[in-house]
Amino acid sequence: MARRGIREYDAKRVFYRLMQRYTNDRLTFDSDLVMVDPNTDLSRLADDYPWLNNKRLVVKPDQLFGKRGKSGLVLLDASVDEAIKFIKTKMNKRAKVGRTAGKLTHFLIEPFVVHELEYYVAMKMESHGDVIYFSTKGGVNIEDVWDSVVEIVVDPLGERPFDPSPILSKVPKEQRIILETFLQGMYKFFSSHDMTYLEINPFTIVDGKISCLDMVAKIDDTAIYQNPEVWGDVEFPPSFGAENNPEEAYIKSLDEKTGASLKLTILNPEGRIWTMVAGGGASVVYADTIVDLGYSKELANYGEYSGNPSTEETYLYARTILSLMTKEKHKSGKHKILVIGGGIANFTDVANTFTGIIQALREYADRMKRVGVRIYVRRGGPNYKMGLEKMRKVGDETGIPIKVFGPELHMTQIIPMAFADDTRGVK
Amino acid sequence: MEPYLLFSTESKAIVYNLQERAIQRMLDFDYLSQRETPSVAAVVNPGNTGVHKVFWGTKEIMIPVYPGIKEAIDAHPDVDIMVNFASFRSAYPSTREALLNERIRVVAVIAEGVPERRSRELAHLSKKLKKIIIGPATVGAIGAGAFKVGNTGGTLDNIKEQKLYRRGSVGLVTKSGGLLNEMFNIISHNTDGVFEGVAIGGDKYPGSGLLDHLLRYEKNPKVKMMVALGELGGDEEYHVVEALQKGLLTKPLVFWVMGTCSKMFPTEVQFGHAGAKAGDERETADAKNAALKSAGAIIPKSFDSLGDEIARTFISLQDQGRITPVKEPETIPLIPIDYAEAVKKGMIRKPTSFITTVADDRGEEVNYGGYPISEIVHSGGKLGDVISLLWFGRRFPKWASEFIELALMIVADHGPAVSGAHNAIIASRAGKDLISCLCSGLLTIGPRFGGAIDDCAKYMEDAFERDLAPREFVEEMKRKNVKIPGIGHRVKSLENPDGRVTILIEYARKNFPRTDLLDYALGVQGITTQKKSNLILNVDGTIGVLMVDMLRGTDFFTHEELKEIVSLGYLNGFFVLGRSIGLIGHTLDQKRMKQRLYRHPWDDILYLVEKK
Repeated sequence: MARRGIREYDAKRVFYRLMQRYTNDRLTFDSDLVMVDPNTDLSRLADDYPWLNNKRLVVKPDQLFGKRGKSGLVLLDASVDEAIKFIKTKMNKRAKVGRTAGKLTHFLIEPFVVHELEYYVAMKMESHGDVIYFSTKGGVNIEDVWDSVVEIVVDPLGERPFDPSPILSKVPKEQRIILETFLQGMYKFFSSHDMTYLEINPFTIVDGKISCLDMVAKIDDTAIYQNPEVWGDVEFPPSFGAENNPEEAYIKSLDEKTGASLKLTILNPEGRIWTMVAGGGASVVYADTIVDLGYSKELANYGEYSGNPSTEETYLYARTILSLMTKEKHKSGKHKILVIGGGIANFTDVANTFTGIIQALREYADRMKRVGVRIYVRRGGPNYKMGLEKMRKVGDETGIPIKVFGPELHMTQIIPMAFADDTRGVK
Repeated sequence: MEPYLLFSTESKAIVYNLQERAIQRMLDFDYLSQRETPSVAAVVNPGNTGVHKVFWGTKEIMIPVYPGIKEAIDAHPDVDIMVNFASFRSAYPSTREALLNERIRVVAVIAEGVPERRSRELAHLSKKLKKIIIGPATVGAIGAGAFKVGNTGGTLDNIKEQKLYRRGSVGLVTKSGGLLNEMFNIISHNTDGVFEGVAIGGDKYPGSGLLDHLLRYEKNPKVKMMVALGELGGDEEYHVVEALQKGLLTKPLVFWVMGTCSKMFPTEVQFGHAGAKAGDERETADAKNAALKSAGAIIPKSFDSLGDEIARTFISLQDQGRITPVKEPETIPLIPIDYAEAVKKGMIRKPTSFITTVADDRGEEVNYGGYPISEIVHSGGKLGDVISLLWFGRRFPKWASEFIELALMIVADHGPAVSGAHNAIIASRAGKDLISCLCSGLLTIGPRFGGAIDDCAKYMEDAFERDLAPREFVEEMKRKNVKIPGIGHRVKSLENPDGRVTILIEYARKNFPRTDLLDYALGVQGITTQKKSNLILNVDGTIGVLMVDMLRGTDFFTHEELKEIVSLGYLNGFFVLGRSIGLIGHTLDQKRMKQRLYRHPWDDILYLVEKK
């Protein structure tokens, strides 16, 4: 699908393991890490991980968000008891980070390292090549000292290998060998396993040993098949604050089980306009048009189905949306609007995909009439005439107002049409 | 061919992976466009060779199939395009191989989910080699009236509707492959049609970008205006902004960047396309639309008025006299509807050549005589039930299906010396395969070996129906000089009965509702054993008459049906089926023991060949 963030815990776990290989065992790391989630038995933690008793610790949430220190969510230089107490007070509690609020569920515990030096390094996949950023002024305020950042680009065809010398010239002589080994190893790790982003900010060097204090990693999840031994057991957490509600989670689980694509995001459960659009591109265009015409507050969901879902899958998908939109009448008393839209399909059989939707419409017909729903359909492609005919029939049989169009109508025209019907008072 | 053209009416391609429907659609497009030759010269189907049959209009033609890209290109010097239907796993190596072949100029990559690092490498490689990749994750591209990539343009009706079979004046490029058809639709409603349309694909690193294609259209004198559909995320559109600012794009350009709705989403939403995620403000659709507008592109208020802007632009070009009217083809060739589609739409009907009442494999699960296999198993069905369903089309009661199994057990083998087993053994020792050996044994079954089941049932049934007393029957057979089938055993007699017969008769007496024919046959035995005590009802005869009693007892069959069952050889079927078990045993037994070719000894043959 795309680039996805992984937990710091997973990133470090894999990084420490593979860095040994990529530095030919010339670098070793303190690889003690513990991940605590809501199912962890905290009373057994110190027994299960005895090293926790022997070291000073750092605890922080591990849920794909940054600025944790600034948000007061990092505990430094703590004993194991203090760490557990800290986690207990935060676990399953909501926290606000920047503009986003979400529930804290995952914490990373690792050894606390006393240090002064803070270096910044990041590697990023860009269209013109892999870009390596480095600064000797690492830490939380790296954006403020961006002038200090050295930037090296490795071309995508790998014709010139990564040469870290512009970075090495910035650091004291005695650090150059260890740093070169580290950076070369890190780049091999980054570029060999389909990572799209890897940031260590800061890392430090204490007594000739490198410690990674904070790590952010994103990987290209389409490439996992190429690295099953590296990323096979890695989890892709939802972004912070984006916890799925049950319906979203259900569609997500359907999506994961099929080769087709089924997406649902609920924007405003009290919204009046619900969309059920075929195609990744078309679904965006429909949502755009609703927003561009000034009805963004009324848009209830974003969603799409594509990639030739089976009748069963479209039925379950449609049912989920219908169950949400028929929960109650709209507070304005106006009709709700259901947009069953789509472009002109290349090869998806429209009549077939409509079969599942129609099944759901029949099932929810009474509830739709109770709540008051008008349906607007627009679609083209193989067998579309038959598909549209079936839709018209549902309208006739159930008495739900339905308007049905093919390619003769501009794709998004049903949106202004629906609003015009509103103002004309069409029920 | 001019470098700014993607396709000409002579362009020829190899298609990687045997995508039958896509290939047919390409050829239908060619035919509709009145190309002189098909655009698909060859198919690469890894590891396979041969020919693939397709329609060219109403005629069937062959397209050669090659096991690899190199073989296909070597054999077809006129090919310079590859349409790559490889999976996301093999898209990279196959595209790379094609790019590195000096004859290939354009590769269209359809696969979704090609790893970003791979696509990025391919994109850079193709630029270095001055070649063009379309995709990955796209439906493809179309050169109106010239060449169509795979499924682009959708159905034939759609191609006709949007006049993609001849060139118009508009150059189109989109990110989305799913909306390409929609854009063709909008353009065909509002202008004289497209010249070329490309969907670059929704991935982060498309092989060729929006700008690459707009620059080609800029150079193409036949393209009078350009239309582009972009998307939030990435910086493709800013390359276009730069080109506009530098004056590299001068033709009217109607542009829309979709994803304007992202601003109202509370958290980051991944839209349908992998590249569609706005990382920062600059990558939002609103920012891109604004930047394009200030650089001189024509930006509608929303997607909804895109068609209006396109129409306005086209009309103004027309008013300036810059549009050469399109010469419509005098006729558009007719392509008949495909058989399968016509059937689906209920437009035609055709008498079938075959008819069956046995089993149906078309649904979710194969069914035997109307029952899904799983249902038969779950309801406790056994082999006898399966036979009753497959042979008689009915599910027999338990007593009957168990009797079938009993009969099969009893006839399964009769030692190595009888004809069937002997033949199987000889064939096995001659090194023949299992099936040949089995057939060799089965071929001996007939009037003298194993045929008695059928014949006994036939004669007894006939006599019984004619109300002949057993004595009359025996006399009639004697008059006709016919040995009564099923009567007589080599060693067994009334005093020393055959245990198998005893079991069968006991079962029948206990479980069958009636045993009329058995009773009749035993009456006959009463007569024949008066003559000689080994003229008893033997095991074949017993099975024969009991099978008839069994079929009668089920009450499924009329008198006529029963007669037909017997005359069609059904009952012999039980012997053939059962004995196959033994024949397979003998065949494999010989093989396991590595028995060598059998040669019959001379001294066991009386040679009566006269010397001449």
